[in-house]
Amino acid sequence: MTEKKDFLLDIQNLTVHYETDSGVVHAVEGLNLQLGHGESLGFVGETGAGKTTTALAIMQLIPNPPGKILNGNIIFDGQNLNTLNEEEKRHIRGGKIAMIFQDPMTSLNPVIPVGEQIAEMIELHQNVTKDEAFKKAVQMLELVGIRPERAKDFPHQFSGGMRQRVVIAIALACDPTLLIADEPTTALDVTIQAQVLELMKELKKEFNTSMIMITHDLGVVAEICDKVAIMYAGSVVEYADTRVLYTNPLHPYTNGLFNSIPDLDEDEEELKVIQGLMPDPTNLPSGCTFHPRCPLAQPECSQKKPEMIEIEPGHFVACPVCCNAFVKKG
Amino acid sequence: MLKYIFKRIISLIPVLIGVAFIVFSLLYFTPGDPARMVLGDMATEEALQAFRETEGLNDPFIVQFGRYLYKATTQADIGRSYVTKRAVTNEIMTVFPATLKLAAFSMFLAVIFGIPFGIISAIKQYSWFDSITMIFAMIGISMPVFWLGVLLILFFSVRLNWLPSSGFGTFSAMILPSISLAAQGVAIVTRMTRSTMLEVIRQDYIRTVRAKGQKESLVIWRHALPNALIPVITIAGIQFGQLLGGAVLTESIFSIPGVGRLMVEAIKMRDFPVVQGGVLYIAVAFSLVNLLVDLIYAWIDPRIKAQYR
Amino acid sequence: MSQMKKRKMGNFGEIMRRLKKNRLAMFGLTIVVLLFITALFADFIAPYSYAKQHLSDAFQAPNSKYILGTDEFGRDIFSRIVYGSRISLQVGFIAVGLAVVVGGFLGAVSGFYGGKIDNLIMRAMDILLSIPQILLAIAIAASLGPGLFNLMIAVGISSIPSYARIVRSAVLSIRNQEFVEAAKAMGSSDFRIIMKHILPNSMAPIIVQATLGVAFAILTAAGLSFIGLGIQPPMPEWGAMLSGGRGYIRDYPYMTLFPGLAIMITILALNFLGDGLRDALDPKLKR
Repeated sequence: MTEKKDFLLDIQNLTVHYETDSGVVHAVEGLNLQLGHGESLGFVGETGAGKTTTALAIMQLIPNPPGKILNGNIIFDGQNLNTLNEEEKRHIRGGKIAMIFQDPMTSLNPVIPVGEQIAEMIELHQNVTKDEAFKKAVQMLELVGIRPERAKDFPHQFSGGMRQRVVIAIALACDPTLLIADEPTTALDVTIQAQVLELMKELKKEFNTSMIMITHDLGVVAEICDKVAIMYAGSVVEYADTRVLYTNPLHPYTNGLFNSIPDLDEDEEELKVIQGLMPDPTNLPSGCTFHPRCPLAQPECSQKKPEMIEIEPGHFVACPVCCNAFVKKG
Repeated sequence: MLKYIFKRIISLIPVLIGVAFIVFSLLYFTPGDPARMVLGDMATEEALQAFRETEGLNDPFIVQFGRYLYKATTQADIGRSYVTKRAVTNEIMTVFPATLKLAAFSMFLAVIFGIPFGIISAIKQYSWFDSITMIFAMIGISMPVFWLGVLLILFFSVRLNWLPSSGFGTFSAMILPSISLAAQGVAIVTRMTRSTMLEVIRQDYIRTVRAKGQKESLVIWRHALPNALIPVITIAGIQFGQLLGGAVLTESIFSIPGVGRLMVEAIKMRDFPVVQGGVLYIAVAFSLVNLLVDLIYAWIDPRIKAQYR
Repeated sequence: MSQMKKRKMGNFGEIMRRLKKNRLAMFGLTIVVLLFITALFADFIAPYSYAKQHLSDAFQAPNSKYILGTDEFGRDIFSRIVYGSRISLQVGFIAVGLAVVVGGFLGAVSGFYGGKIDNLIMRAMDILLSIPQILLAIAIAASLGPGLFNLMIAVGISSIPSYARIVRSAVLSIRNQEFVEAAKAMGSSDFRIIMKHILPNSMAPIIVQATLGVAFAILTAAGLSFIGLGIQPPMPEWGAMLSGGRGYIRDYPYMTLFPGLAIMITILALNFLGDGLRDALDPKLKR
């Protein structure tokens, strides 16, 4: 395994549960993930896989009640975030790790002008006066392509795409080391999606920010991410460089995901789906959480939770069955 | 913005005319002969007929209503008391300030106590503070204002002799009546504030602010509160109306010389012009308060303000 | 169509389950049921008639002969409270019933047809709403004259606007949905559409408002009787009893204490129940 010291972010064996009326939701179970400096990681999975929970855990924003980080370490830049006190956590939030959320229509406070909302971020982490913060906020607005005169306008006066730009401006205002983007373009029209992604690519280059991009869209990942982690029912099942994963997906679930994308060149009658449904998070299958739906399932799969195996340098899979098959192939 | 103000004031007019219509109709259709009410049982038939002629009581309904409306808007003349023969308007204006003072002070209490309790209950949802506050709020809503008044008199006036049970003018005389009136108001404001706060705290933009690394106290104070209080303002306006209604009952118990007590006495004496006149004036006051609330709301909420820039 | 019915039935079970979990609501329901029983079997529960005077026993504090004491005419307070439950329930339900039927009809027509009719009806409702409810009831009751029936009408009319609004907004939200279009395309008459589709979907907020409305109606009726409108003696309306006992509060406080307590417990129970119903019918708001 690559040396741990080099990682910007190292999540070890993270487990997060939510206690609800209908049972304990195992949102994240024994998750392992690493991110290097300057890298952008695509974090892919279906709705309910636990991606947002992981992101919130990194930010230390898991709502408690009903949620709780039960287990695991989140090592960021050498520090274990789980062990910090509240003030230290606040220092990191926004200052070192910033997060963008999914729905731009509801992410901004309706009664405060957008310029002030950006300025608030700056005032929290930088030692500047109110005026200086506002000036810098206006600069950030220009950076994301919004006219500076609009700094005093309110969120409802902007379209969805522009609001998301404001959200991005807020997130990048203090030059964070890590940016977590939780499905930032899902709620937007396709054309606007492209614009926002373009913007993010430019800014990523300019600020050299490491990024975790949460999405369920493999296309977006291909556009913007160096590495990909596939998540299923609470843990990572495959992890590799984007190129490697797209040319050689190994885990049966990853294969299922790629196969379900309709191919324009082929003449298909039916859409290929992964049979079965996402498991109930209050009642996860034993052993490998994917085994009930897996075409390669063996008896051992229901008994032991698979470990991540480095099948080739930098390419990790949590499935002993497909690894054996791969090795056998040569 | 001025356009909005103007529009709202204009839309008030048909409403007030409507209220006048209701009040007048109730007066018109009340069983009993107004002529006899004013002149007494000893009056002769000629006197009664003459009275009816001069007062225009033989004219059709619409004409009478028109006259009523005209007199009301130009001279503030809405008839005379059957009992004292004085103008209803004068009777009411003499006592209105007391009622307004009482209602305003109770409103003040309701807001001063209701909002903080509501906020804390929302922030500490499910805590013992929350549970106790909610139970008290329930009791406050369910307790008849006249019973509370009587109980307060029983304990604080009769048994403990701390506070007076009647009269007006001194601050100590205001305390018990205001508390008994305000109880329901406090309860409602508390519940409303709590529920709007709970809703606001769950909003995405609150999560965004926390993700910036903001202190929790400022998350609540600077972001949650302004959003949560906006609907509370509207409720406060409606509450004022209920307070005016409740004042009617409270004034009876505490012998406060206000519109309420005037109306209660008038009911006993079957002095209908005064009763309906009281209703009319209170309705007008209520409408004005609601107008004010709407304007404040529009001024505060940027989404509405922007519509009328 | 039967699929929809099945889903409605299924929902009903869910709602009942959620309601049962709410202890305060269950407490409220129990009290309300007890109240009904008391009202129904008043003749068997009350030891004395509510009008019978035992002048030699007047002003007695609670004792073994008269559980809650006697009033200034020697009438048993407990019996009067028991019979009073009949009056309160009658006023509450009839007044609310009137308001629901008339208000609901106006709201349905207003929401369904829209346009000028909607405008007209809603303006009328606005006018009614600009008079505080208690005052409107007082104004109507003063005009109609004394009597239980007039009291019911006064309270009922003053409650109409809230139900009109609720039904109208429920109708508006449903009217534009596709299954209404489908029903129209099938040729269903307007009346049928309202009865079969729109009304069932607006039941929930009506039920909640009605429960709270009965509480408010009882409270208003007590208030009106307190100031001398509506109930004529010797009818044992709780508010009237409170009013009657006021003069003797110094020496015989129980004359006002017990009727007031009866009112408060009834209102509290109905409010708990109403709140519980509201949470059970729309759980999204709770967590």
